Amino acid sequence: MLSGAPQYLVSGLTVGATYGLTALGFTMIFNTTGIINFAQGEFVMLGGMLSVVLMKAGAPLPLAIALAVAVAALAGALIERAVIRPVGRSAPVNLVIITIGVSILVRGAVMLAFGKDTFSLPAFSGTKPLSILGAAVQPQSIWVLAITLALLAALKLFFSRTIHGKAMLACACERKAASLMGISVERMAMFSFALSGFLGAVGGAILTPITLTSYDVGVMLGLKGFAACILGGLGNPFGAAAGGLILGVLESLGAGFISSAYKDAFAFIVLLALLFVKPTGLFGGPKSDRV
Amino acid sequence: MLHRILGVLAVLSLWAAPAFAAEPIKIGAVVSVTGPASFLGEPEKNTLEMVKDELNAKGGVLGRPVELIVYDDESDVNKAVLATEKLLKKDGVMAVIGATTSGSTLAIMNKFPAAQVPLVSMSAAEKIVNPVNPWVFKVAPSDRHAVGRILQHAKAQGYKKIAIVTVSDGFGQAGREVLKELIPARGFTLVADEVYGPKDTDMTAQLTKLKDAAPDAIICWGTNPGPAVVARNRAQLGITTPLYMSHGVASKKFIELAKESAEGLMLPAGDLIVAAQLPDSHPQKAQLVEYTRQYQDKFKSDVSTFGGHGWDGLKLVAKAIEAAGTDKPAAVRDALEKIAAFPGIGGVFTFSATDHNGLGEDAFEMVVIQGGDWKIVK
Repeated sequence: MLSGAPQYLVSGLTVGATYGLTALGFTMIFNTTGIINFAQGEFVMLGGMLSVVLMKAGAPLPLAIALAVAVAALAGALIERAVIRPVGRSAPVNLVIITIGVSILVRGAVMLAFGKDTFSLPAFSGTKPLSILGAAVQPQSIWVLAITLALLAALKLFFSRTIHGKAMLACACERKAASLMGISVERMAMFSFALSGFLGAVGGAILTPITLTSYDVGVMLGLKGFAACILGGLGNPFGAAAGGLILGVLESLGAGFISSAYKDAFAFIVLLALLFVKPTGLFGGPKSDRV
Repeated sequence: MLHRILGVLAVLSLWAAPAFAAEPIKIGAVVSVTGPASFLGEPEKNTLEMVKDELNAKGGVLGRPVELIVYDDESDVNKAVLATEKLLKKDGVMAVIGATTSGSTLAIMNKFPAAQVPLVSMSAAEKIVNPVNPWVFKVAPSDRHAVGRILQHAKAQGYKKIAIVTVSDGFGQAGREVLKELIPARGFTLVADEVYGPKDTDMTAQLTKLKDAAPDAIICWGTNPGPAVVARNRAQLGITTPLYMSHGVASKKFIELAKESAEGLMLPAGDLIVAAQLPDSHPQKAQLVEYTRQYQDKFKSDVSTFGGHGWDGLKLVAKAIEAAGTDKPAAVRDALEKIAAFPGIGGVFTFSATDHNGLGEDAFEMVVIQGGDWKIVK
């Protein structure tokens, strides 16, 4: 019975990395603006779909991904500038609804432009599985985990060592004070949307060789990414990434050891149970609790 | 004033029309041209229009032109019901072809005995024709036929233990019910029964569990993209147990998504996708090749089994009208029930008072994927 455990763990970590990267994007925007951006899943979809389209147009894989990620980051900035900023100081709940509208718009536009089919990308370094502790691991899974960890490390450096990162943290702590210190809160908000677009699109591009992509993959990813965020503690980037990995592993173990029919239910039951015990999430301290 | 003149002209033209041409035969269709089921409904509608034009170009049916009234139900059961009401009560059609999805067909089929009009459905659910509703026929083969075809092949290979992995949507769960019934009934043992979600992107957990049950063969029931992920994960885990897919993935898209991991997989598929490989003596061959050519010329896209359902539906109704010598709905219904050995796209149809599907397990060919293409298994 336990023989499958290493395999379940590897599958869980790979899927969990998807949730984690989506969750990271949620965190970036929430920290700077207090908004839950429900268009986050669409950034992931854009990363995958645009890479596919650009590759079909003849671009080599690395260039296609770089362009797709750049376009998604630009789309993030554009969303902030075009639909979030004009609404100004409305209640966060209004802004959240606007992001839902944006997600429907983006999904519809991609469907009309590129169709409803499912697409795939070639793996970065072949598909011959490696055997680790009796589990078959795709080289792409290692890429995904390595890139996720590298992004996390880069974010850590960004927030602790650069002036922009510190300015974003300042906006998260106290908007008004940050603004009085000469930080352009609006520009930081736009930057956080661009950063979220970037993170989501990288996730979408590196995962497509494993998970395939289509215009509507963002819906479920957005939901699971949000759950991962809550699990890790809203507002904590490392909590978000860890929450994603934990959620993925829980699902995989649930499917393997209990029943695959209740896979989704299993992860959400654990999430609910945790929230009853510790409403701030696993890694969320009282400090990041700002509603 | 202008309105009044136009009104008078319209009334005059209504009177005048029968004097110039024979009165058209009105046939209705309820199709999901848009919405989630549009990948089924769009080729169906294209084919219906194409067949109608072809019939009219040859002088119509019984010397009368065919008028096809198509309503789009937008893949919505409620809209399918409204469209049916309109066809029966307002348009006064003599037969209806549709609906595209099983859910819609089940919702509209009970209106037909009251209206005394025949319905020819293009959807798959077995409940449409079992128990037999005298006014309802269907042209799409049932899951039972596809499962039967797979088990027939598995038996010939001497397999004993079968594992199944199905998607948790309507298609997968209907398939799962039939699999769970037929696998023991045909003398196999069902050793594992796993499920995955329609949007799942990783099935290694399910496959690892299946592997532990050591089956002789695995059957996967779903539509794209799930089965492609199952195929990839199977290759990744190094599982060599034979894997059967359902007829739900019988399109080139599946091979494109699963790439090399699709090699060697087997599935029951309609004859349409392997038309070129059929022997010339095959009763459907001429029909299949001709339909493929016409459709590709006209719509510049690949043919699909679903479009074939539209072809079968309208041609069968036309044939029944000719056999009955009238377009009176009751006579056409009786004639439909008597159609025998009619070579269509989905198979060779033989209807009877107890069989309103008219197809058998031979509606499917067992095909294997080799070199990125389908090959008939001898």
